[in-house]
Amino acid sequence: MIELTVNGRKRSADVEPEMPLLWVLRDVLDVKGPKFGCGIAQCGACTVHLNGEPVRSCSVPVSAAAGKSVLTIEGLAQRGRMHPVQKAWIDHEVPQCGYCQSGQIMAAVALLKKNPNPSDRDIDAAMTNLCRCGTYARIRTAIHAAAQSMKPAKA
Amino acid sequence: MTLPFRQSRRDFLKVSTAAGGGLALQLTIPVPALAQATAKGKGSELTAWIAIHPDDRVVIRVARSEMGQGSSTGLAMLVAEELECDWRKVRTEFVSTGEQLRRNRAWGSMATGGSRSIRDSQEYLRRAGATAREMLVAAAAQRWKVPESECDAENGLIIHRPSQRRVRFGQVAQAASKLEPPTEVKLKDPKDWNLLGKSAPRLDIPDKVTGKPLFGIDVQLPGMVYAAIAQCPVFRGRLRSVADERILGLRGLIKVVKLEDAVAVVADNWWRANRMLKALPIEWDVGPNGGASTASIREFVRFGLEDTSVPVARNDGDVEAGFAAAAKVIEAEYYAPFLNHAPLEPMNCTALVKGGRVEVWAPTQNAEATHAAAATTAGVPIENVDVHLTHLGGGFGRRGFQDYTRQAVAIAKAVEGRPVKLLWSREEDMQHDYYRPMTLMRFKAGLDAAGNLIAWRIRDASHSILAGVRPQDIKEGVDRHALGGIVDLPYGVPNLRIEFAMRNSHVPVGFMRTVFHSQNPFMRECFVDEIAHAAGKDPYEFRRALLRAKPKDLGVLEAAAKASGWGSPLPAGVHRGIAVQDSHGSYAAAVFEVSVSDAGELDIRRVVVAVDPGYVVNPDSAEAQVQSCVAYGLTSVLWGEITLSQGRVEQSNFHDYRIMRLAEMPKSIEAVLVPSGGFWGGMGETPLAPLAPALCNAIFAATGKRIRSLPLSNQGLRLV
Repeated sequence: MIELTVNGRKRSADVEPEMPLLWVLRDVLDVKGPKFGCGIAQCGACTVHLNGEPVRSCSVPVSAAAGKSVLTIEGLAQRGRMHPVQKAWIDHEVPQCGYCQSGQIMAAVALLKKNPNPSDRDIDAAMTNLCRCGTYARIRTAIHAAAQSMKPAKA
Repeated sequence: MTLPFRQSRRDFLKVSTAAGGGLALQLTIPVPALAQATAKGKGSELTAWIAIHPDDRVVIRVARSEMGQGSSTGLAMLVAEELECDWRKVRTEFVSTGEQLRRNRAWGSMATGGSRSIRDSQEYLRRAGATAREMLVAAAAQRWKVPESECDAENGLIIHRPSQRRVRFGQVAQAASKLEPPTEVKLKDPKDWNLLGKSAPRLDIPDKVTGKPLFGIDVQLPGMVYAAIAQCPVFRGRLRSVADERILGLRGLIKVVKLEDAVAVVADNWWRANRMLKALPIEWDVGPNGGASTASIREFVRFGLEDTSVPVARNDGDVEAGFAAAAKVIEAEYYAPFLNHAPLEPMNCTALVKGGRVEVWAPTQNAEATHAAAATTAGVPIENVDVHLTHLGGGFGRRGFQDYTRQAVAIAKAVEGRPVKLLWSREEDMQHDYYRPMTLMRFKAGLDAAGNLIAWRIRDASHSILAGVRPQDIKEGVDRHALGGIVDLPYGVPNLRIEFAMRNSHVPVGFMRTVFHSQNPFMRECFVDEIAHAAGKDPYEFRRALLRAKPKDLGVLEAAAKASGWGSPLPAGVHRGIAVQDSHGSYAAAVFEVSVSDAGELDIRRVVVAVDPGYVVNPDSAEAQVQSCVAYGLTSVLWGEITLSQGRVEQSNFHDYRIMRLAEMPKSIEAVLVPSGGFWGGMGETPLAPLAPALCNAIFAATGKRIRSLPLSNQGLRLV
């Protein structure tokens, strides 16, 4: 039995330790936000935070998440209020098909946590998730907008 | 729009019976169906498309698939424009095929391809909105005992002009639903539109940024099991044997299902199913194609260029006489490889076969074809099937084919009584597509002494998509679909001969975004550049002169040239290329600005795309489609190539089938929308058509090297 915290809730799964975190989330714990795109950590659709760090959950064995905290897109809103990155995604009409966007948003949230004011170059380096619909220009704009909105108000 | 995945099957049947109960609409075209109040909680139905709740919520039913193109919002806008409802109260829901069947196809075509969703349904959707509005007005007029002509509908209210009395749509919807719908309605003049032509936020976006389970892969049903599949790696091969005893007793195994050309493992989760599948020794009978390679297929297709007896698709004037009179003759041969669609959500389908009934949940571009495939595979009458449409994690034409539906239903039949979700691995998706066809073209053009184009011969040697899906549409050996952009050449050429050699290998081919207009314009428009160069003329001015009789093509060409500042000075080392192409009922032209280093480092500095789709429904979505076409189109041009060895596809995943990433997206993309009105064209594919040639023509301007074969990564060029 592997125990982990998912979006603030203690969860357990009776699975093989080598089973990827993605499939434990999707098929065992019914957390469908992280998506399957490639299975080899290429596309990033499965991006979640593991103890605050972005990981490609298709390539992380669940044993590596035992006792740790997993944050998925479902856990991003706080007390019913969307994260500023989600709001920026809505304001800038980022998604098209939407399939990659859970992963894109989790990658963007992780970037802004480390780097509250990323340059275009920083965004280029951090945002390596694939989007087949080509929402990249809007992702870039939305990250800049979210960075602005997250700046602490000046006294 | 959230799908009712979690409701029980019994609940679903209850609701669908109520909604369809007693309705036998004898309609063969989707004019608004008879008004009928539906079950409690579903709102009052005003035409098949619209249900209005007492609290004014408006539900607009959408029959076309949403795969990112934004048409579920655009289709709702078309209805709402005429309905005069409060747009903020609108939400949409998908129509199921069972309901569609029971109501005699009240919703028209559900097929989503060819950029047809808006242009093919705009009239009956606007008519439905107008019909419902008239019924609401009539109900309000009856309530007030005043003439209908004294009442107007506006933003969710009916207003009696003389008395200024008002009533909300929700207050009269039920009464309205009992009235006879008007037989004739008048549609608004486009100049009076309030919603159409102005950017509206897409209705599906909030659910997409909060991780809602919208997609086929997210379907979760009680008692559901999971299937992974391995298909014969050589197309048209067969399963010989599978040593299923090797995995018996392994954790989670439910069943090994043998299909004619595939093996599926069913287990209690997908990861276990896929792991056991990989451990399973499978022997294939690969058939006669086990030796085929890219080179052998290319040689096979290329024979079509040499063949002395091929059908003629178009013959204007006398092309040989034209060449005889020419002062200058130029020739060139072009090549485009197979491509994989690669939607990010791999193929999947969930099916339940139980008691002679089949229920399917599918991300499909053609729900009615999915329905038919499910019925045939299960061997049940079509009345016993229902298909629930989910959102699609990309489609691009791939999801119009029903191979995955047939497999899911066959597997569900083998585990009858239990819903099964079939999901392909990325490797299966990469190696079992209906690929963009490999195409070759040879051109010969003749110029007179003044540099006028007087003769042009085009020989197209290509796989045919129609040969697989609609062979009856191939007339006397000519597939006009495969000749898109060629046989309907807009340029005025007095002597023109177009020949077509159909060359079908064992590789399955299909419709991929922009279809033949994704490779044919590359060939045509690059060669037009070659002709202009040979004539010593500016490629923009050369095209303008040849398009004098084609005002729409000319219009977008001029719009792209103007927006890009064609002819104005550029920084040292920066060069422009231009191309124009109509397709899918619309017109597009593109200008690229690039620089190319001696080492072949390609810098795409600016992309300008002008599009005339007649009318633009939602400009922000239209701009998004231009951006999308740039990412999708440039991915193909830069890196896209499916190769074969030993009859099988060599690429397997995104590490060897490269997809553009954010850092590689051109920083400057300008969508120049120039809707000229009077017609309705597509928006999801046309902007892609001129991209490859405009880029390659810019590369020529920069380097003097003609690109006649794709992708660019095979031509010594590397994106920086």
